[in-house]
Amino acid sequence: MDGAARRRLVKAAGWGAALAPLALLLADAARHRLGANPIEAVLNRLGFWTFTFLVLSLAPTPLRLWTGLAWPLRLRRLLGVTAFSYAALHFSWYLGVDQFFDLQAVGADVVKRPFITVGFTALLLLLPLAVTSTDGWVRRLGFARWKALHRLAYPAALLGVVHFLWRVKADRLKPTVFAVVVAALLLARLRRRAVRPFGAAVDTPPGGK
Amino acid sequence: MARWRPDMKEAEATPESLWLRRRDFLRLGAAGALSLAWPGRSAAGGPVGVPLPVAKRVTLAGGEALTPWDDVTSYNNFYELGTDKSDPAVRAGTLRPRPWTVTIDGEVKRPLTLDVDALWKRFPLEERTYRMRCVEAWSMVIPWVGFPLGDLLRQVEPTSRAKFVAFQTLHDPAQLPGQRRAVLEWPYVEGLRIDEASHPLTLLAVGLYGRVLPGQNGAPLRLVVPWKYGFKGVKSIVRITLTERQPPTSWNRLAPREYGFHGNVNPEVDHPRWSQARERRIGEFLKRKTLPFNGYTEVASLYAGLDPKALY
Repeated sequence: MDGAARRRLVKAAGWGAALAPLALLLADAARHRLGANPIEAVLNRLGFWTFTFLVLSLAPTPLRLWTGLAWPLRLRRLLGVTAFSYAALHFSWYLGVDQFFDLQAVGADVVKRPFITVGFTALLLLLPLAVTSTDGWVRRLGFARWKALHRLAYPAALLGVVHFLWRVKADRLKPTVFAVVVAALLLARLRRRAVRPFGAAVDTPPGGK
Repeated sequence: MARWRPDMKEAEATPESLWLRRRDFLRLGAAGALSLAWPGRSAAGGPVGVPLPVAKRVTLAGGEALTPWDDVTSYNNFYELGTDKSDPAVRAGTLRPRPWTVTIDGEVKRPLTLDVDALWKRFPLEERTYRMRCVEAWSMVIPWVGFPLGDLLRQVEPTSRAKFVAFQTLHDPAQLPGQRRAVLEWPYVEGLRIDEASHPLTLLAVGLYGRVLPGQNGAPLRLVVPWKYGFKGVKSIVRITLTERQPPTSWNRLAPREYGFHGNVNPEVDHPRWSQARERRIGEFLKRKTLPFNGYTEVASLYAGLDPKALY
């Protein structure tokens, strides 16, 4: 297989992975397999996939450091935009279905409930990243500034962990697993920065060129 | 085209109260349309299990529709069988609710240790349809089958020192594998003041929908206190102990700021992390307003002189 074909295959697999959770969700809804509280089930699933894709979008760089694998770098943009899309669906579901546009209740939640404040902040942090995810924006901002901006993905992921931890009643297993993964990815980057300080960036723009 | 018409009479105008509610009206209309589009549960199964002899039926849920059997038995908080609400129904097979021995002891003149079937056969069974409000802000309407705890307490004759009633769930990780992880401190324990325990609404349930309790709902014996949050309804009870001191309770041990001893349903007192003002009735689209004492205001006299905000 030549390089171009391999690139297409990687992209196709990425798109498949990005859409699979949504397809499964729709299939379960059509077959009435969302349980007794489908509104809550959909909300929780969208939140889970937001976090999963956010973590996956942060993984390619440390993965290359550890294993030398370069092809996942090509998927960073797709994974990041997918994470934002699930975050937007998660919030829209909360706003439009769970709370049914009760803006007073939503406003009170965002202000008064720390776990919602934190989740909403994470969504706001992801918004500029989604907007500037195109090649055009990389050029407009310049790669250095663009890259600095896109480090916001880390605070967003950390806030996501907190959002999840503060939501659960007692069983912290799942959010703890996420927290450990995010911490490992962040430490890998910090270590690399210590080893290879400024000016020696090996990062490539999101198109992988 | 709309124009200023000075001849329009006050009475012809939309009353202000309705005008102010126009958004509620739109919301209700849209919600109705959405609920029609919302997929219902397919292949809803009827009640299964051994039928129980019900001597009397009492509905105390204001004529509200029953939550279907399938929902009542597939959406459960029973951490001893897994922390996802779908877990207990899938994993209940490890629980062996018969034979089952229950002990009633502590500050009583006639302590008892007997088989659960021998226990319920001492009382005429009643079907009691109650609202059940979970602390997580969802609710159901469930036809329980059981007998008033107060009737049992009278048989064991509490001593003058008995001020509280403590309940304990089975502690056996082989039957309740969730106990292998210390999500809560095991066994699950709960408690009531003796006047709450003796209130005629307080039920020891052995069944629902006329059948013996399924494992995921707390077989073979569980507590039902309809004016309190669901976590007070301790499941799979092996021991009931009358005490002089207030007994520890599981959720209060884990997070005392979030779960008090009383656990009374109160829309005015929010959980520190979410509002308790409204609840989602399982099967409904729009949230409903939560009622003080879950609608069972006849218990209010139990709390005369106490600050309701301290009774979470």
